[in-house]
Amino acid sequence: MAFRGRVLVAGRAEGVALVLDAPLSLWGGFDPRTGRIIDRAHPQLGARAGGRILVMPAGRGSSSSSSVLAEAVRAGTAPRAIILAVEDPILLIGALVAGELYGETPPLLVAGRAFHRAVRTGDRVAIDPNGRIAVFQDGAASG
Amino acid sequence: MTQATQHRNGEPDLDARDQAMLAGDHGPTVELAMRLLVAVARAERATHLIDVASAHIDGCLFHGQAGLDFAERLAAGGGLVVIPTTLNVASLDLLHPALFRGDDESRLLGRRLMDAYVSMGCQPTWTCAPYQLPSRPAFGEHVAWAESNAIVFANSVLGARTDRYGDFLDICAALTGRVPYAGLHVEERRRATVVLDLGGIPDQLLAEDVFYPVLGHLVGSVAVGAVPVLVGLPSVSEDRMKALGAAAASTGGVALCHVVGTTPEAPSLEAALQGGRPDRTLKVRPAQIRAARDSLSTTTDDRIDAVSVGTPHFSVAEFGELVRLVDGLVIAPGVRFLASTSRSVLAEITGRGWAEALEAVGIEFVTDTCTYVTPILDPACRTVMTDSAKWAYYAPGNIGVEVVFGSLRECVWSAAVGRVVRDRELWHGI
Repeated sequence: MAFRGRVLVAGRAEGVALVLDAPLSLWGGFDPRTGRIIDRAHPQLGARAGGRILVMPAGRGSSSSSSVLAEAVRAGTAPRAIILAVEDPILLIGALVAGELYGETPPLLVAGRAFHRAVRTGDRVAIDPNGRIAVFQDGAASG
Repeated sequence: MTQATQHRNGEPDLDARDQAMLAGDHGPTVELAMRLLVAVARAERATHLIDVASAHIDGCLFHGQAGLDFAERLAAGGGLVVIPTTLNVASLDLLHPALFRGDDESRLLGRRLMDAYVSMGCQPTWTCAPYQLPSRPAFGEHVAWAESNAIVFANSVLGARTDRYGDFLDICAALTGRVPYAGLHVEERRRATVVLDLGGIPDQLLAEDVFYPVLGHLVGSVAVGAVPVLVGLPSVSEDRMKALGAAAASTGGVALCHVVGTTPEAPSLEAALQGGRPDRTLKVRPAQIRAARDSLSTTTDDRIDAVSVGTPHFSVAEFGELVRLVDGLVIAPGVRFLASTSRSVLAEITGRGWAEALEAVGIEFVTDTCTYVTPILDPACRTVMTDSAKWAYYAPGNIGVEVVFGSLRECVWSAAVGRVVRDRELWHGI
């Protein structure tokens, strides 16, 4: 399946999706030392977001989430890409600063409802710098 | 002007000052700050940048090497803020350094980060409640505030205009005096889209402080990322708005919450809706309030090791209430009672003789930081009681404690005996 997202931070990435059922504040909700979700009220507590394509409805809460994202990039525990349903200036600045400081950043996209309805945790997802998103379900190889 | 949010050629219009900053005419730090602001403006489809009158910086709390790398790069490039700029809580309590239980390296890195921001001309206010400082934004004034509870307070209670600024963008705004014209700076984006009707909640409960953080938690969970408007409340005090907004921001990223009859952009429901129709209207039921309250506690254990109040930082009025409540009581041996506040409020209550009275019963003050963002509690501390929905929401994940949520009165009574004491009248009728 192919979708089109709006590019906030351009880049190429491919990996296995972690689709969050609720918004997540990276600050207080994601541990940049382990890459895992630590928000005890979150339905996906304990899931590993590091190294995956993180799909979530929205960022939430703390304005320190930008620091946590940049720190995760530095520590090598960041998601490979983040795909949101609504724009989030706090994650955006975190990604941009990581790019300035360390020369790398996870791409950041906003995709519409059709994508968020279709994608499932475990799907293989590939995105390109123009915002094209390919979703491969049922373990199909991504080529 | 509706065209304000439209995109022209994908690029924001930059005036001569913006272009000079972007070209490096004001040095490498200002150039970097402007480059980041323009990138954000582009992503947000802002048409142009606007002036901001003040900034509140959240980037001074240590979250890892990345934040320090950024601040020290800005400071090394000669960065100086060009507008009045206050600082949020940091990792260390510089007035009570013995409270910090972290290792020496964390202490050093936390201090370096604080020093970097002060070296750029930021005021060492170290508070998450900058709206309690003497100078605060005027109605309609554009500002660049970070810290989710400060953002929602500035927008809702003061009627100032700030978008949700995160760490890094906050200092970029302070170094340039400019922000993208986007988000809640734009009049139309301030329109309420979700109506919550509190007409079905007993008046007796609406008169209790403890109701407001619980309501905020519920508002955040039903209005994620939206602009809610509340109807059916009596006039809500600033401290209650603080608790409500902090909870709604933590739970649901709410950055503006209108309250009809209280907040300046909501003299009426129609005004808050800007003449439009809401996407949703919810009649809040007592059962929802009860469920929101219950979800703020993680344990039914009744033994507590500590009480933490002052998230966001305690105001002078809240200390006044605490002084009344502790009269004749003493904190039980083995229980810590920590009250977080700003230096400026601590100075005020010291002058009134309240600080001495509170210390005499065993209450400790925490300034410059907060008990759930830095190691202050004893590692053996397992269960903590709080009157803050925000603290209850974040502390279990941040510092690994169990939380019992209660009113300030319940917190004081419980601290005096070392186990949870409930006020049976409090939630009567729901």
